[in-house]
Amino acid sequence: MTTTTTRIERHHYDVVVIGAGGAGLRAAIEARLAGKKTAIISKSLFGKAHTVMAEGGAAAAMGNVNSRDSWQVHFRDTMRGGKFLNNFRMAELHAKESPQRIWELETYGALFDRTKDGRISQRNFGGHEYPRLAHVGDRTGLELIRTLQQKIVSLQQEDKRDHGSYDARIKVFSETTITELLLDGDRVAGAFGYYRESGEFVLFEAPAVVLATGGVGRSYKVTSNSWEYTGDGHALALRAGATLINMEFLQFHPTGMVWPPSVKGILVTESVRGDGGILKNSEGKRFMFDYVPDVFRKQYAETPEEADRWYDDPDNNRRPPELLPRDEVARAINSEVKAGRGTPAGGVYLDIASRLPAEEIRRRLPSMHHQFKGLADVDITKEPMEVGPTCHYVMGGVEVDPDSGAAYGAVRGLFAAGEVSGGMHGSNRLGGNSLSDLLVFGKRAGGHAATYVDQLTGRPRVAVAAVETAVETALAPLQRDTGENPYTLQQDLQAVMGDLVGIIRREAELADALVRLAELRERVAKVSASGGRRYNPGWHLALDLRNMLVVSECTAKAALERRESRGGHTREDFPTMDPQWRRVNLVCSLVGDTVRLERKPLPKMRSELIGLFDRAELAKYLTDEELTEFDALVAADAAAADAATDADAEKER
Amino acid sequence: MGTQTSGTPGKPGAKRQFRIWRGDADGGDLRDYTVEVNEGEVVLDVIHRLQATDAPDLACRWNCKAGKCGSCSMEINGMPKLGCMTRMSTFEENETITVTPLRTFPVIRDLVTDVSFNYEKARETPAFAPPADLAPGDYRMQQVDVERSQEFRKCIECFLCQNVCHVIRDHDENKQAFSGPRYFIRAAELDMHPLDTRTDRKDYAQTEQGLGFCNITKCCTEVCPEHIKITDNGIIPMKERVVDRRYDPLVWLGSKIFRRGQVPQTSVTSGHSPGAVRSSAAGGGVHSHAGGSHDAQAEVQAQQGVNWHREVPHPTAPAVDASGKLPLTELTFDRAAAPSPFGDDVTFPLPPEHLNFAHPDQDKPNH
Ligand SMILES: Cc1cc2nc3c(=O)[nH]c(=O)nc-3n(C[C@H](O)[C@H](O)[C@H](O)COP(=O)(O)OP(=O)(O)OC[C@H]3O[C@@H](n4cnc5c(N)ncnc54)[C@H](O)[C@@H]3O)c2cc1C
Ligand code: SF4
Ligand code: SF4
Ligand code: FES
Repeated sequence: MTTTTTRIERHHYDVVVIGAGGAGLRAAIEARLAGKKTAIISKSLFGKAHTVMAEGGAAAAMGNVNSRDSWQVHFRDTMRGGKFLNNFRMAELHAKESPQRIWELETYGALFDRTKDGRISQRNFGGHEYPRLAHVGDRTGLELIRTLQQKIVSLQQEDKRDHGSYDARIKVFSETTITELLLDGDRVAGAFGYYRESGEFVLFEAPAVVLATGGVGRSYKVTSNSWEYTGDGHALALRAGATLINMEFLQFHPTGMVWPPSVKGILVTESVRGDGGILKNSEGKRFMFDYVPDVFRKQYAETPEEADRWYDDPDNNRRPPELLPRDEVARAINSEVKAGRGTPAGGVYLDIASRLPAEEIRRRLPSMHHQFKGLADVDITKEPMEVGPTCHYVMGGVEVDPDSGAAYGAVRGLFAAGEVSGGMHGSNRLGGNSLSDLLVFGKRAGGHAATYVDQLTGRPRVAVAAVETAVETALAPLQRDTGENPYTLQQDLQAVMGDLVGIIRREAELADALVRLAELRERVAKVSASGGRRYNPGWHLALDLRNMLVVSECTAKAALERRESRGGHTREDFPTMDPQWRRVNLVCSLVGDTVRLERKPLPKMRSELIGLFDRAELAKYLTDEELTEFDALVAADAAAADAATDADAEKER
Repeated sequence: MGTQTSGTPGKPGAKRQFRIWRGDADGGDLRDYTVEVNEGEVVLDVIHRLQATDAPDLACRWNCKAGKCGSCSMEINGMPKLGCMTRMSTFEENETITVTPLRTFPVIRDLVTDVSFNYEKARETPAFAPPADLAPGDYRMQQVDVERSQEFRKCIECFLCQNVCHVIRDHDENKQAFSGPRYFIRAAELDMHPLDTRTDRKDYAQTEQGLGFCNITKCCTEVCPEHIKITDNGIIPMKERVVDRRYDPLVWLGSKIFRRGQVPQTSVTSGHSPGAVRSSAAGGGVHSHAGGSHDAQAEVQAQQGVNWHREVPHPTAPAVDASGKLPLTELTFDRAAAPSPFGDDVTFPLPPEHLNFAHPDQDKPNH
């Protein structure tokens, strides 16, 4: 047997952080500052994690551009964006702490764009009431990750000075993939994985593990996500006994490029439609007029002539239907494609070339023009773009304690932050809220992991048998030569998820998806990878597949269960929001090999927080029962306020 | 409109010839592949297609596929490029496209090289030194002042500039003393940072980073995918300031380079013999695999004469500290008492069933 001769490199750490994106790095910094010996593990090279791709900015209510901004307003926007399904405490902490986290970055050396008076400039973004996104051109994510990377280097330099070695207290293990968390009873005892470079195994013994592994987008055909996004952290947490929430909520962008392949998944900004771009199917028909829902009829044009007049005279004409909300547009595109009127690549045409003169397009959309010309040799002034819904972000993730980031469920010593954690964004994430989320909850998770280690009386121990099993599981695909190619399996999984659990969902399709996922599970269990252990991407994918599969099952199950449409979950058979469903979180856990789904009530917002909202607005989300409670609260507050003013008046006298 | 001129995946892609370097630190060669290429694809797409078909174990780094992460650096027809930003349409239809790993760094496998040199240099460059008296939130800087540093912070760390710089491209021996253009601009960035409190950045660049080796060939600027003006805006100003202080870099540079007989002639496009990749492969990997390496043959020999009829406890390597070595004393280790060289899960005395006892006769036939 191979395992008897497999020697395993071992390391001891206090805190092991899995993931070197914004959340992971911030967590590691905090754990190291708390004096803990910390390891950072990443599937790719240091500084290349997904965070690097974020463009828009990081939302924080600093009030630099509009001084009326405050954490309360930011909190409100976040809850609205998430359709009130957010964990209110996380949204609150996020809104309160983001400014400090951004300012802190400046002390690490970050250089954000500035306002005239020398402060951090902030830009407008969809869903944010005031200009709120701290940014550096369109490369904010790069600035964020580089700054944190350089902060870690500076800590290592301190350690070198004090302890003689850069790696004395914080070390980065790049191109290392964790495949298993190891437990001692219900406590985390370590993490097991392999070096991508050599294929050698490595065991980290540590009482606390912080998951910061990002998202799951690779399970979809068209996605803006990289190969890293195979839901590893989600799956590791499940297998360790933790729970996932909100897995049915995925953010799709209606117009991502689907063709040519070099730009597949890259987003086309909404302003292309705002500036006159129209959507056409393969028959050349401008189809959006067929998809205006009744509730929007009054605001949207009925004929192309009227729609075209709107661009010049918006006051006397109704809007073109291309400007319907994102989910409506995505639904329409989806229907056209399913009806067989899509482009060969499975999208529709977004045409601005025939609508505006070339110079005008270049003037209004310089970066779009430049990007597509440069990346794909597509000239948007000459030809239409092929676009379709693109998987962008997963709202769901590890169910955590809002304050500490500690995973709920049957495991201790496991923490999660960033995209891999759930609850903060509810059913939909506002642009820019992710980058600040990484910092706020990364810091919290790292700090609380350190505290957890401090209060431990004994170190959990790794069981030899568990390591053996992990080794066997990892080597299995290499030892089989009868199974299927991992790339084929990945494509099939992507087809199931893209076609059946995509942006618009139907009961029958979701049920079908579950059947197919079960079939895929059998095939994935038998996957085989050719080649050796050194830097073998086929083998790596074969190991990732099982994570993608279990996470996809969670999404499909939860999507089937939630019989309403909300944020990133659209059910064609239940097209509206249902206040009863707002009170429910769907919680996934693993029993043996199967995903179990449970309903759990949402935590109730504290009175001073719910008091920040207008009754008229709440009426859209809350049940009658909750509204009555709200009214009672308001009445009580008013009475208290009256009493206070009376008392004041009394004193005056 | 109906039929559109943009890409039509239905149309069968043309077959193209690729030569890709396959191998590892022990050597390798260029392999020929015929692969379908569709309209609008980039070199990285073709590599992905190869992985999904003929060569599932072809090693190649990538992440963003949008020129943002700097992972997919490779040499395409001898030119250092990002695979995800090199369009197939820039080649002739019948041209054979040769893809090789970065030459300046030791090969790990196929197109993946060991770029740890860069991370070491990054670690040596002194970090940002914040002003002591400014609280977070009180930083005030003007846009014009931050823009100079911002240019350098656009760097995606693709290391193409490092790869192309002749000072280290075929001169491993210079790597010790030379940090390379990426880290010159890091020093420049901090030098120009409006609030950095260190004043010795340019001295440091000269004395520690080997800025003097650079004779401003501008090859680095030419290959930078972020179009950072590495030489004009970064290196030259750093050199000039030193001149201000009556420190003539050219004298210093001359002595350094000419003495060693290394008047550089290399240019970016110089012909590239892939075999050379091997020459620099000796350096260790990023990780020290303490205990990870073992000689299976030796192990088999050691086991001869011993009949392992029972479940043996699996040998585990001893716990190592962050530098990959056994810690010398318990003082520097995180455990009370120094770790056991047998691995932590082995307790003494060994339980009888774990004892390795080989009876002299046990392997004799008829035993
Ligand atoms: C194109 C694009 C644009 C975006 N723009 C914005 C924006 O403008 N504003 C905003 O707020 N958000 C934006 N987002 C979202 C945001 O970038 C991400 O949600 C965020 O960066 C996630 O960060 P993270 O720290 O959670 O994980 P990541 O940065 O993705 O890092 C995950 C890390 O985990 C590691 N990892 C994963 N699995 C394993 C494993 N098994 N073993 C070891 N390591 C592992 C990976 O190697 C990686 O280092 C954008 C996203 C995309 C795709
Ligand atoms: S200018 Fe030439 S010598 Fe100087 S760093 Fe750049 S490539 Fe190297
Ligand atoms: S300076 Fe340019 S070429 Fe050099 S690593 Fe940075 S982005 Fe790459
Ligand atoms: S894959 Fe990120 S730069 Fe090419």
